[in-house]
Amino acid sequence: MTILVIAEHDNAAIKGATFNTVTAASQMGGEVHVLVAGHNAAVAAKAAARIAGVAKVLHADASGFAHGLAENVAAQVVALAGAYSHIAFPATASGKNIAPRVAALLDVGQISDISRVVNSDTFERPIYAGSAIATVQSEDAVKVVTVRTTGFDVAGQGDSALIEIVEAIADSGNSKYLGSEIAKSDRPELTDAKIIVSGGRALGSSEKFNEVLTPLADKLGAALGASRAAVDAGYAPNDWQVGQTGKIVAPQLYIACGISGAIQHLAGMKDSKTIVAINKDTEAPIFSIADYGLEADLFEAVPEIVRAL
Amino acid sequence: MKIVVCIKRVVDSNVKIRVKSDSTGVDTSNVKMSMNPFDEIAVEEAMRLKEKGLASEVIAVSAGPMQAQETLRTAMAIGADRGILIETNDELQPLAVAKLLKAIVDKEQPSVVILGKQAIDDDNNQTGQMLAALAGMPQATFASKVELTDNAVTVTREVDGGLETLKLTLPAVVTTDLRLNEPRYVTLPNIMKAKKKPLEVITPTDLGVDVTTRIKVLKVTEPPKRKVGIKVPDVATLIDLLKNTDKIL
Repeated sequence: MTILVIAEHDNAAIKGATFNTVTAASQMGGEVHVLVAGHNAAVAAKAAARIAGVAKVLHADASGFAHGLAENVAAQVVALAGAYSHIAFPATASGKNIAPRVAALLDVGQISDISRVVNSDTFERPIYAGSAIATVQSEDAVKVVTVRTTGFDVAGQGDSALIEIVEAIADSGNSKYLGSEIAKSDRPELTDAKIIVSGGRALGSSEKFNEVLTPLADKLGAALGASRAAVDAGYAPNDWQVGQTGKIVAPQLYIACGISGAIQHLAGMKDSKTIVAINKDTEAPIFSIADYGLEADLFEAVPEIVRAL
Repeated sequence: MKIVVCIKRVVDSNVKIRVKSDSTGVDTSNVKMSMNPFDEIAVEEAMRLKEKGLASEVIAVSAGPMQAQETLRTAMAIGADRGILIETNDELQPLAVAKLLKAIVDKEQPSVVILGKQAIDDDNNQTGQMLAALAGMPQATFASKVELTDNAVTVTREVDGGLETLKLTLPAVVTTDLRLNEPRYVTLPNIMKAKKKPLEVITPTDLGVDVTTRIKVLKVTEPPKRKVGIKVPDVATLIDLLKNTDKIL
């Protein structure tokens, strides 16, 4: 059995999610290879080769991969799929976008968001916003999975594996990348951060969201997260949303400020090691999963925490 | 041009589900069912495109048991012109649904197919992408903005670091994300009108599709419970616990 991990990268570096996915792949019972499909991505391919547990890197290079278009990456994976028993993507926006195309083209089912590998054909995954865990077994010859990165440790660094250049498939021609609005930040990425400070609709405005929470996040070197309600109201950008249909996080410390704790939000953060909730509503459901609940007005409590640190 | 919207009948998002004591699944008996929230957004978007004069017909499609007719009537109350139910009591997994939808798409030849990005029961996030692959169409998933012209659809997508914009040739598949639109309330007059709109019922056999499942559910269990937390009286106590007891700060 051989597992192909589809790397998430920016042509220069391999993104964190790939490292957790390699760990998951290493539990599936075979040799692990990594595909780097990119544009001028030799540096990324070299970085992939140094991930511990990786036996080989396949590097496909073409302008059609520059922005990770699903039609192109999926076609590339399918062209290589014959040698593999498992194809694993991180369950990132990119992985979730591409993986099902691969599964359908191979005429196999896909197991999304695996949180645990039981054995080479059996996996655990959350359903109903994480209210239940399903243990499922693939009956297909090729298992296509997306990996919930919070379920697996980050793979370390190892000796450089062999890098093989593979012929890139042609651009599909039916999708064109026009542009991005990607925020640049010195903060750690939400999904990698050890500490997350997260805000809800109670913050009341994007000005207040920044004014109140940024000092705390700065003091702690934390990433900033938000509830769906806060994002819908425009207080925080969409990529800060933590929850069932947003980011899944499991930091060492999650501080929820003015977040009521709807099931859909909990789905995204309840595996955090320590959860602190600050909310002036004594009945807020978030207190039911918080390790430490502070019933207080966040507009007073958060600045007080900042002063005390 | 025609727009096909695909919808799923799921356990209502406000329901607190219970895992069956024999671990065979989630208890859905006597539980409120609704249209998947992302699919409501899909129907709403199709209607907005039609109201802008960009589409001539919106067809709602669902695959599932007979009761899914109610969900299709809701789609028609939002404004879909007609509905198609692919009726089966068999368990349907995304690959099978994608194949069923491909058969419909081959027949109806829409310019755009809109689906919700994921169903809130299985949380798979696969069907739209699978359909696109099987139908040889480009895809734009997690859409927060859709602009349609005669020969292309430009979609802004929510991605991990922010937003990305793609332009796809038609026909294309779009899956909706939360902020694409806010679905309209269904009015009573429209509910009454929907009762008279055409709703066709067919079976997977009629479409020549094998819906055999590929993934076996071995068991469904509750997630591990967190240990019970405490309420702290003040900020000083909280910081002391985090610093000195847990050594996180």
